[in-house]
Amino acid sequence: MFGSKGDRRKERLDRGIKVRSDGVYAISSWREITYLIAPRLLFILGLALAPLALGAAPYWQRVISIICVYALLAIGFDFLANYVGLVSLGGGFYVGVGAYVSALLNTHYGIPPLLCVPLAMILGAVICTILFLPCLPLRGVYFAIVSLMYPLLAARIIEALDIFGGTDGILGVDGFPNIWLEQYILILSVIVIVFALRRLVEEDVGLVFRGVKDNDQAVKASGINITVYKALGVFIASSLGCLGGAWLTHMYMWAGLSQFALDFSIIPIAATVVGGGGTIVGPVIGCLILVPVSELLRDFGSLRIAVYSIILTAFIVFKSEGIMPYAARKYEQFERWVEI
Amino acid sequence: MELTMGSEPLLSVQNISKKFGGVLALSTVSLDVFRGDIVGIIGPNGSGKTTMVNAITGFIRADSGTVHFDGHNITNWQPHKIAAEGLTRTFQVMRPYFSLPAYKNLIVPLFSPRARKTGGWRGGGKMGSRDTVAVDILEEIGFERDSYVPFKTASSLPTGYLKRLELARCLALRPELIICDEVFSGLSMSEMASMVPLIEKLQMEGITLVMVEHRLRELFRLAGRVVVLNFGCKIAEGTAEEVMQYPEVKEAYFGSEEVYDYV
Repeated sequence: MFGSKGDRRKERLDRGIKVRSDGVYAISSWREITYLIAPRLLFILGLALAPLALGAAPYWQRVISIICVYALLAIGFDFLANYVGLVSLGGGFYVGVGAYVSALLNTHYGIPPLLCVPLAMILGAVICTILFLPCLPLRGVYFAIVSLMYPLLAARIIEALDIFGGTDGILGVDGFPNIWLEQYILILSVIVIVFALRRLVEEDVGLVFRGVKDNDQAVKASGINITVYKALGVFIASSLGCLGGAWLTHMYMWAGLSQFALDFSIIPIAATVVGGGGTIVGPVIGCLILVPVSELLRDFGSLRIAVYSIILTAFIVFKSEGIMPYAARKYEQFERWVEI
Repeated sequence: MELTMGSEPLLSVQNISKKFGGVLALSTVSLDVFRGDIVGIIGPNGSGKTTMVNAITGFIRADSGTVHFDGHNITNWQPHKIAAEGLTRTFQVMRPYFSLPAYKNLIVPLFSPRARKTGGWRGGGKMGSRDTVAVDILEEIGFERDSYVPFKTASSLPTGYLKRLELARCLALRPELIICDEVFSGLSMSEMASMVPLIEKLQMEGITLVMVEHRLRELFRLAGRVVVLNFGCKIAEGTAEEVMQYPEVKEAYFGSEEVYDYV
């Protein structure tokens, strides 16, 4: 099997333009600049123009907002799992906390929605981080198990104690003043957060986060308190989830137990698998595919989950690296078969 | 060593004990390390050397006993606080950040509160970015500066460089004392030959070293004083020549001279 005649293997080589646009010299020519900017511009414009393109279909416009909420959660999941080393299934908890905080701020104190959302983002993230502090020493799958309990527990507690409106939820929450404002602020925040986080993980502080994931003992031995950085990671991820939750509340003008649903914990993971983990932008692409698919599959009724699982399985089996790493490879390298 | 004997020890371990279930891994071991010394800790496999290092640096909790460093009682402090005091350690099994280039491995210690307070290596915080400081430290520790080696991913480096990277991680914190957990193990003869002068250079720079070792030849060249552990107990202490004369040490290393009758 070694080197027999006719054996071939795939050779991958960086494209010349990729190498040329690696350093500062890229700005010396339009061709290299375009090579660098084109994929980023495609992503930004694609997201920004989607609501305009779907202007005739209000239902699908609403779906874009849902995609963005899931995308925020998926970005948070990807950041926590692939850069801090905490596999968090607490997405539903982040959304629920954000939703309830924003609804309470709005109905009790009469704060307008556009102010409620950033407040709920910070306040909700603080609440989530404090509640997650006891499980921060846990790692990997153990953190995943415990974090899954949070959304389940929160919903049961609200139901049992009949606080915050109990099973009815909080009604009478104000909506956004304008549908375009509603859509575009959310889309803009997704774009800003994607690029900000991609920058963050390459900075020095990002390397500490990655160090915690790679090897927490060495980070401890370097005189750095890893609990602080894990808490900071949870704060960042949960603030994204809370932003999504607060947005949902004002979009539906209601906060309820369904915002602690497990969908918010599970779909972001699926999106990260489809889009490619560790890329931050991959999960957004995953959401852009999975959420519309799950909307389209509503016609299938109970078969929906089956079709959904087949798609996911196919991705895991045939393209386990995810769309984004695959696309990046195709963009940066060319492949050819060579005789061994 | 005679000059420093009268003053306070930099690191003072008193009667430290640790039990793992029924196994007594450390039993009332004491150790004093004076500023500028190189102290060796030797002992057969399973004698409690690494347990002692872990207990001193806070990676495991000692059951009893005290650890004093530079005037502070640091017994059972958290590891990152102990490292921030200037008591750093290397790991026997190297723990680099495998996915990062070698020089990026040093960004993490350079980002720590201690390194930021002291301005990085040689005031590097103001002299350049952390990247330049990191490459400087790597050069200091034997990575060829103008080669590609400091920029290679840690996962592609051979053991010799990874051991140096461990030391570099400690140096980035500008430590008072480094505990080296088997820096010579797994190295080739030539790698070891270049490591010895490196350790001597660190001592010349005023860093105190505690070396846990299996390689007695290299250790005896470096260490002024040697402590021998066996089954968690300190069985001998003194200069290299002295400890090798102890019958307990000979027995631990070469077996007893008595002939047992197994029948």
